[in-house]
Parts: sequence; structure tokens; C-alpha cells
Amino acid sequence: MTKERKWLAVPYHLWIVLFVIVPVMLLLFQSFRGLDGSFTLVNIQTYFTSRVYLTMTLQSFFYAFLITVLTLLISYPAAYFLAQTRHKQFWLLVLILPTWMNILLKTYAFIGILSQTGFVNQGLNFIGIGAQQLLFTPLSFLIVATYIEVPFMLLPVFNAIDEIDGSMIKASRDLGAGEWQTFASVIFPLSLSGVRSGIQAVFIPSLSLFMLTRLIAGNRVITLGTAIEQNFLVTQNWGMGSTMGIVLVLIMFGVMFLTRRRRKGVTVR
Amino acid sequence: MTEEIIVSFDQVEKKYEKETVLKTISFDLEKGKFYTLLGPSGCGKSTILNLIAGFASPSSGTVSILGKDTRDTPPNKRKINTVFQDYALFPHLNVFDNVAFGLKMKKMNKEKIKSKVTETLKLVRLEGFENRDIAEMSGGQKQRVAIARALVNEPDLLLLDEPLSALDLKLRTEMQYELRDLQQRLGITFLFVTHDQEEALAMSDEIMVMKEGRIVQTGTPNAVYDEPINRYVADFIGESNIVRGRMVRDYAVSFAGKTFTCVDGGMQPDEQVDVVIRPEDLVLTEAEAGDIQIFVQTQLFRGVHYEIMGQDDAGNDWMVHSTRQSEPGRRVGLTFDPQDIHIMRINETEEAFDERIEQFATAAYEKTSKGGAGQDD
Repeated sequence: MTKERKWLAVPYHLWIVLFVIVPVMLLLFQSFRGLDGSFTLVNIQTYFTSRVYLTMTLQSFFYAFLITVLTLLISYPAAYFLAQTRHKQFWLLVLILPTWMNILLKTYAFIGILSQTGFVNQGLNFIGIGAQQLLFTPLSFLIVATYIEVPFMLLPVFNAIDEIDGSMIKASRDLGAGEWQTFASVIFPLSLSGVRSGIQAVFIPSLSLFMLTRLIAGNRVITLGTAIEQNFLVTQNWGMGSTMGIVLVLIMFGVMFLTRRRRKGVTVR
Repeated sequence: MTEEIIVSFDQVEKKYEKETVLKTISFDLEKGKFYTLLGPSGCGKSTILNLIAGFASPSSGTVSILGKDTRDTPPNKRKINTVFQDYALFPHLNVFDNVAFGLKMKKMNKEKIKSKVTETLKLVRLEGFENRDIAEMSGGQKQRVAIARALVNEPDLLLLDEPLSALDLKLRTEMQYELRDLQQRLGITFLFVTHDQEEALAMSDEIMVMKEGRIVQTGTPNAVYDEPINRYVADFIGESNIVRGRMVRDYAVSFAGKTFTCVDGGMQPDEQVDVVIRPEDLVLTEAEAGDIQIFVQTQLFRGVHYEIMGQDDAGNDWMVHSTRQSEPGRRVGLTFDPQDIHIMRINETEEAFDERIEQFATAAYEKTSKGGAGQDD
């Protein structure tokens, strides 16, 4: 029995070693190599002294933050009302459905919608405002990135709200809390676990969105993802690319740490 | 002195879609009493709680609290608190914050909240547990937190929705004493919902026995136990022997092939009735000395007593609770006093029943007890 179990664990261990530990070690190793292949700390030094890299990091951070806030602002109310509708599983499916579509397809669709002759500008022309430059602006980047990330926020938040026992709400009303008070002091705190998962699921990938920055933002927004791609593929500076990769990994750990569960034994039945 | 009425149901009906869960319920709850709604699951007990707490509104009739119709009063505006069946404690708050919840919602000042919560936790013997997480508390402790959380608001009425059902037997008995004691000390009206007849008998001032959306009988534990209105109540509350009989005349009933003196009356001569005798009222004797003779079929040792099952010559089954031992296969006699015989008319309404009992049973009871027949009540 235990022997068989051990065998079942082999694919998992192989996966962890081959696709997690080895790549991170390689990344770490690469980040200490200069352009000439020698061992050096110059990449780290450059990264933390260069204005370009620091601004880029801050910018990535800033946009990822904005995207996360926007998705949360959209997803939380949506999840809240979804959890109260009659056919909630169906409506959830409808909202999650776009994630089944390839991200490139969705991106190209937005190029069509936001371009000079696109659907939105036709509308603006029609009401007399006239066509605006929408594509290749930070705004369009935010809109599209938010659109793409919303389902990843919606799902965990919905699950957390849906799992709150109806008797909690009853108890709260029974103890004299109005609807708003019930939301603020019972529903919201109990749904925080979902919000945390949602933030992790949205913020971290948003830090390194690189395809959108090019296709939608026309490189007007440069995130760490874009820079890493450029370093590896264009300037062939693998050392610098790896250093940024490591920085990204560290930031992710930071986010996980900040959004961890703070209190033990908090379970929502 | 007229008692203050806390809650009053007037011809209340509740329908969910096509199903009627409550059928014309009327009752008043007086201040300071311990009431119990007793009935099997699905009989509508919880619906009554929901109507009082404000989580449901009646399909017809009125529910009034302190004389005011509550149709438009939301749950948070009622001075009524509930101890829920699964406690419904807030898992994200510690014991103190759970208990303080209601007061915080009322925006009471911090000092006052602190002193009230401390006082209430002391009342339920949980001082020192303020900073515990709910997950760290045992079932019995959670129960006390739930009670404290409700009581701290000083409600006019405390609703308890089968609060003891999740506890083990010993803890449950302990909590019965505590709840009764709390209720008497605080003088708050309790409405306790249960399907456990022992709980109901042990704690209540008044029991309302429910069946399929109706209140079948209301009365003190003694009255409901000693004078059940019908087969259903007799069966639901305690163990009973129910046999078919015939009322010969007032104070005389015939069953198991003999005629016995009893304390009931007011029926038609020769009316068919149900006769109830509690197993603990039957006394085991030698066969010749008994009022009726039974043939013992099985005997079970129950700890406090033996439970003896047997059959009489007329084919009626009898259950006897006796501290004396018998033996399967033996023929024994059973004796009982006239006031141990309780007669139930078939399909009698509660009003008619109460009136008849008033008229006959009380008078007859006084007569017999003056005669010195030692009946402990």
C-alpha cells in the first residue's frame, strides 16, 4: 500500500524538480553571469542603480496594482449579487466562459474594437465626439488587462461569498445589524479569504503581462515582463533577464506573504 | 393583575408555495415564562420562530410583539434574540467580539460594551475566554457563547432553536438546568423549540405540543403529561399504554374486559374512548391480586427500572416500568389507582377538552386525593 503510494508521488516529485527547482536554480545561476560568461554581481548592481530598470519596476507595480484594484471593484459586487441569484452556477459559467478562449484571440478582438475605425470610435463619431486615439494608450491597456483578469478574481471571491453560511447573516440581522452593517461586519470579513486568493491570482500575472503591453499599449507601458522578453530575445543579455526574473519571483513571494492568512483556525463553513 | 403579553399570534397561517406549514395558530406568550414548542421535525416549530424573529412573515393573520403588529418590522428592529441550532457564531471574531456584536451594532460606547460583555460571560461561566477563537471552543462552550451573545442585548424574548441537540447527553442535561436557572434569574421570556419531550418537561412553564402545523395541546408539563388530549400527545410525551375502551357512565370505564372506576366524565354513555395508563403507574403484583392480568413476553433492564412488555387476555399490549423484576413467560397482575386512568375522547378539540377536564377531573381528583390515595403529582 505505502509502496504504491510512493510510486504515485513520482510524477509530482519529477515535476517539482524538473520544472520548478531546476529552472529557478538556472535563473539564479544565470543572473550571476555577465555578458562574457564570467561570474559577476554586475547585473544586480545595474538593476538596482539604473533609473530605467527601477522606473520600469515601479511602473509594473503600479499597473499591476491598478489592474488588481479594478478587477476587485468589478468582481466583488458581481460575485456578491451572483451568489444571491437563483441560477448562480449558470451565470457564473457565463462570466467565466471567456477564459476558455485563447488570450491572443481576445487581444486581437480588442484591437478591432478599439482601433481608429473600430466599434467604439464609430460610436464616438456617431454621437459627435469624434474618433479618439484609444489603442496604444495606457487606458486601453488597463481596460483589456482588467477584462482578461476579471474571471480570476471573480471565481475565488464568488466561492468565498457563496460558502458563507446563511445562518451567519440571520444571526447578524437577529443581533440588530442592518443590511449594510451585516455586509460590513460579517459578509465582507468572511469573504476576505477569497479576496486574498483573487489578489494573488491577478496581481502576480499582471506584473509580467508582456503581450498586452505590445499589442494593446503599443509599448507605452513597459512592464517587467516586457523587459525580460527584450533582454532574452532582443539584446541577448540573459544575465540581466534572469536577474529581473529573480526580482519578479521575490516580488511574488512578497505578495503571497502580504496576502497570507493571518489568523489560524479561521474557517468558513 | 394582567400579565404583560410579549408576543401574540392571532390566526396566523403560513404557506410556502402550495404547502401550508402553519394552520391558524393563535397563542400569547406572557412575560417571564419559559415556553416550549414541542413536536417532531417538520411540524412547523421553526417557522413559528422565524415569524417571531422576523425572517418570515405570515401569509395571513397577525404576529404582534408587545401589542404592535410586526408585519413591517425587520429582524434587526425587534428586541428579540435567537440562539441558533448550529450556534451561528461568527468564525472571524473571537469570543468577546461575538458577544459584543449586538452592542456594537447599537453603537454603544466601548466602556459600557466591555463591562456588559464581561458580566454576561460571567453569567454563562465563560470568564477568561474573551480572547479565544471560536474554533478553539468545545460544543458546550460554543453553546454558552451563543447564549451570551443573545442575552447581552437584554431581549424581551429569547428564542432557542433546538440549541441542545448537538450536545452529548450529559452536557445536555447540565445545560437544561442552567437554561432554566438563567431564565428564572433574568426573568426573560424564553421560547424553546425542541423535539425532545424530556427537555420540554424538565424546563418549561408551559408546553405547546405541535403536530403538522397545528398546536394540539398547551399546558404545564404536568398537565400535558398527565392529561394528554389524544393518542398523539400521549405517545409523543413519554411512554404510554393506550388501549381501546368504552365509557360506561361518568367515572366508570370499561377496558380489558372489566369496568374500572376513573376520574373522568362528560362523555356520552357507551362512548368509545382511548384509555391511557403510564407504564410507571402500573404496579406489578401476584396474578390473583391484580386489576388485570398480563402474560409477560419480554423484560429489559433499563438501569433505573425494568421495562416489562406483556399482553392481557383481551389482546392489549402493556408496558410496565417496575423496579421489581419479573420473568418472561410468567403470568402477573397489574394494579393501578383510579386517577392513573386517563380517558381521551376521539377527535376532541382543545377547548372542549379543557372545559371537560376543568369540570370533571379536578372535582374528582380532589375527591379521591382527600380519600388519601397517595398519588404523587
